[in-house]
Amino acid sequence: MDGINNHFEAKRTVFVTVGTTSFDSLVRTVDSDQVKEALSEKGYTHLVIQMGRGSYIPKKSSGEDGSLAVDYFTFSSSIADYLRSASLVISHAGSGSIFETLRMAKPLVVVVNEDLMDNHQSELAEELAERKHLFCARPQTLYQVIKSLNLDTIVPYEPGDANPVARLINKHLGFPAD
Amino acid sequence: MVEFVTIFLVVITTTLLVVRVAYVISQSSKPTRNTSQKDLSTLVVLGSGGHTAEMINLLSVMQKDRFAPRYYIAAATDNMSLQKARVFEGILDDKGADGTQFMQIYRSREVGQSYITSVGTTLLALGHALWLMVKVRPHVILCNGPGTCIPICAIAFIFKVLGIRWSYIFYVESIARVKRLSLSGLLLYKLHMADQLFVQWPQLQKQYPRAHYVGRLM
Repeated sequence: MDGINNHFEAKRTVFVTVGTTSFDSLVRTVDSDQVKEALSEKGYTHLVIQMGRGSYIPKKSSGEDGSLAVDYFTFSSSIADYLRSASLVISHAGSGSIFETLRMAKPLVVVVNEDLMDNHQSELAEELAERKHLFCARPQTLYQVIKSLNLDTIVPYEPGDANPVARLINKHLGFPAD
Repeated sequence: MVEFVTIFLVVITTTLLVVRVAYVISQSSKPTRNTSQKDLSTLVVLGSGGHTAEMINLLSVMQKDRFAPRYYIAAATDNMSLQKARVFEGILDDKGADGTQFMQIYRSREVGQSYITSVGTTLLALGHALWLMVKVRPHVILCNGPGTCIPICAIAFIFKVLGIRWSYIFYVESIARVKRLSLSGLLLYKLHMADQLFVQWPQLQKQYPRAHYVGRLM
């Protein structure tokens, strides 16, 4: 999509989520002019930031001047609706956010928080990126990832299945398989 | 003479305990020969982050009448997990009509807590876990990683050794663990405390051959 913004263009929203964490470096990066311009060039029109416990407050913008419209909030009891109406999701590396987004088949960029001490989260993001289900970035590399974003390379994620485990548990307990 | 008798008794007791523990461990990995088909009271350990979501995802494919009554346990500082469980069960209070209960337990250690104070809080958590386990004495324990499951599984194991209650412990390592087990998973694996330990990624099964690879649950 080229960078022309007019009132007749469909709304394409980027939803950013940090879950229940504080992830100022991500929110700050997403709110930077550089990244907002890159998103705009890619055809996105709106940016909604769920900022969690962070202290950095993004600048709201109505986007009337043709730039990205920006809005934010701290928490929501459920982000399902925001995910559903998004064209691109940028998320912290929490497994809940990741799988909720993947199960809705939304394009996803996962940003790993390097300030976290025990970063087992990056294992999951890297593995899923290797399998091409999402893109992986750090706050410093987010701009580059967005500039070179190619959603055609994404391999859809097949939702998992808890039934094999349930069957094994039942078998171990001597219940009949059904 | 007294010292000799004391030493003798200590040696005998220790030997019996070791033999009993070895027996419990070897029996745990085998499927039960139980064919009574009675429902089994089930303790479900919830945790913050993705743990509760993953646990509810598993429970949604398990037969509710077989695993009943269900006792949900979450750390005292975790506000959301029990609420999610209540929504899943369709129950508004602390007790459901079929005996489903929602309980809180003291945490052994908060994230970032100093290790010195952690000793005291861990003892408190163990005491609280013991109290809860004596009350519930579940047949089945389901857990998937939060530290709260360690005191519970430890006490369940002791109950098994002492013949107080045989609890089947099923541990499903979180989907977020791809290359390394969590601390809880590692403890349960190394000490042979879980009846079955499930992993969701093939890399873990290679590293921990006694684990069962079951693919992704989410």
